[in-house]
Amino acid sequence: MEDLSFQHRVRGRAGGSRQNALVGVVASGNLEVLVERTLPDAECRLEIKTAAVGFGEVWTAVIGDFVERYSPGGLRFSINDGGARPDTVSLRLAQAVRLIEEDGQ
Amino acid sequence: MLMSTNAEKSTTTWQHHREARDSRLEAGARLARGKTVEARDATRLLEAVIRPGDRVCLEGDNQKQADLLSRALLAVDLSKVNDLHMVQSGVVLPEHLDLFDRGVARKLDYAYSGPQSARIAHMLFGGKIELGAVHTYLELFARYFIDLTPHVALIAAVSADREGNLYTGPNTEDTPTVVEATAFKDGVLIAQVNEIVDQVPRVDIPADRVHFVVKADKPFFVEPLFTRDPAAITEGQILTAMLAIKGIYAPYGVRRLNHGIGFSTAAIELLLPTFGDRLGLKGRIATHFALNPHPALIPAIESGWVQQIHSFGSEVGMEEYIRARSDVYFTGPDGSLRSNRAFCQTAGLYACDMFIGSTLQIDLQGNSSTVTTSRIAGFGGAPNMGADARGRRHPSEPWLKAGGEADPDSPALLRRGRKLVVQIGETFGDRNVPLFVEKLDAIELAEKLNLELAPIMIYGDDVTHIVTEEGVANLLLCRNAGEREQAIRGVAGYTEVGRGRDRNMVERLRQRGVIRRPEDLGINPLDADRSMLAARSIKDLVRWSGGLYAPPSKFRNW
Repeated sequence: MEDLSFQHRVRGRAGGSRQNALVGVVASGNLEVLVERTLPDAECRLEIKTAAVGFGEVWTAVIGDFVERYSPGGLRFSINDGGARPDTVSLRLAQAVRLIEEDGQ
Repeated sequence: MLMSTNAEKSTTTWQHHREARDSRLEAGARLARGKTVEARDATRLLEAVIRPGDRVCLEGDNQKQADLLSRALLAVDLSKVNDLHMVQSGVVLPEHLDLFDRGVARKLDYAYSGPQSARIAHMLFGGKIELGAVHTYLELFARYFIDLTPHVALIAAVSADREGNLYTGPNTEDTPTVVEATAFKDGVLIAQVNEIVDQVPRVDIPADRVHFVVKADKPFFVEPLFTRDPAAITEGQILTAMLAIKGIYAPYGVRRLNHGIGFSTAAIELLLPTFGDRLGLKGRIATHFALNPHPALIPAIESGWVQQIHSFGSEVGMEEYIRARSDVYFTGPDGSLRSNRAFCQTAGLYACDMFIGSTLQIDLQGNSSTVTTSRIAGFGGAPNMGADARGRRHPSEPWLKAGGEADPDSPALLRRGRKLVVQIGETFGDRNVPLFVEKLDAIELAEKLNLELAPIMIYGDDVTHIVTEEGVANLLLCRNAGEREQAIRGVAGYTEVGRGRDRNMVERLRQRGVIRRPEDLGINPLDADRSMLAARSIKDLVRWSGGLYAPPSKFRNW
């Protein structure tokens, strides 16, 4: 196991009004993403528990692109990774931000 | 003078080949009753009609295999039969390569070697096989009529009557082409059949082209190659398929096309009645196919999307469904599918506006190959499907639009159209192997084997689009090699090639629409969900077919 943590300044607040959302599953080659609206609007934080050690550089790249593309301001992501491929990580992050941007709750 | 010329003429014979064939037939006839030869005499028959050094087509198609005749050939007396030059499209059975290990055969010209790809690579490195070339199907068929005409062809059919008329069943595949080249150029035709009947259901091969018929003790081997279990389709593949539908099928209005085999194209087939319907695309895309009978297309057919399909071969379990859907498929007077690889390849080349398929490696110029250093799978049909036909002259909306994008400055009336050639895949494939590479394994292999040409499946200059979960790269809009490289890097995700992209240039390409990301196409990542598939299991496909599709047991879990 490895714990990674990323903190980014972002352009703006994520849309919508939901307070939290959960996507994915904890399984081999997959991951679970819990996202909560708990931070100041210009901040974003991602905490990762991963089964695969030594992929910090790839995580940095994936998360850098994600933050730039989606501007997830105010969101805190807790990620439980079962050794997912970077493309699956990207998809789950995009799904998580999309889900919390939906109205409701 | 005049007299001596005449005398010379009378001694010249122009029928050596016919005489040679007749003497082969005479030797074989001693083992036959009429045209029928017992299975136990098959090896003796081959020893009687085959000469050392002959070009032999041992029918190995994409699916159907003349397996009894393969085993019979492997057992020949090497003092009678040796050094054969095998000219066959598929190297599929272990026996096909055992022939080279044993010295029955020496030289090989072929097109596809799917299940034997690792062993064939090993044998090429070991010098066991003298390689002519790895061809596309259509290219090898063409050479059957010019410089690789078989002396003897060993073919497979479902049944024969007493005269030797053959019924091939739905897997007609290569047989008519092989027979045409062999029978009309003084060659010998031997067919293995599952049964001998009083009357064949339809005549696929007329009796006067068939010299000997061997009744096999069990039906010829057919591989179910085109079945993909919807249960194994991932969300990444669904996202990629949505990008293809919304980013390519829709804007070009692609109605006539070929799908390569794979989970990405199966996902597209299963999204037509759901995602495609939501986009209002029914009747506007994917109406006419050159395609094997993919079970994954059943929901789209049942939903009224597909008007017509011509097939290279058949697919195990689809027989009754096809028979009941003759409005869609090509069928004979007996009601069963009539496939034909040569005609379907020609249809894919000249009458389709798009090919979309997967590959194993793509380089920075867009060259793509399924060859790796340890596997030589051959090409099959992809290079013909995935190439612009320079002889095409009829216009169509997608072809003209693609041509205009590639060459906006030429006058429209003189501008060639372009076939859409789309490579689709996930940035990381099986066992996390990256799809994108700086240098293809095919080049390394060509260097090691001293080949004059690297085995490239689709050349970069034929590829028009690359689709991954990262987006669609439209290479038609790239104006130089640098843009092309960055467009490819831009959809290469977190592979080394992808991470080596020039971020500013990729962003500029995105602004020009050369790269389009899911969000640029208005695709909601939450839709990348398995609930979007029209069928989520093989059982769902059976249900869609009204019980007509009968999947082979390896795909059943009930």
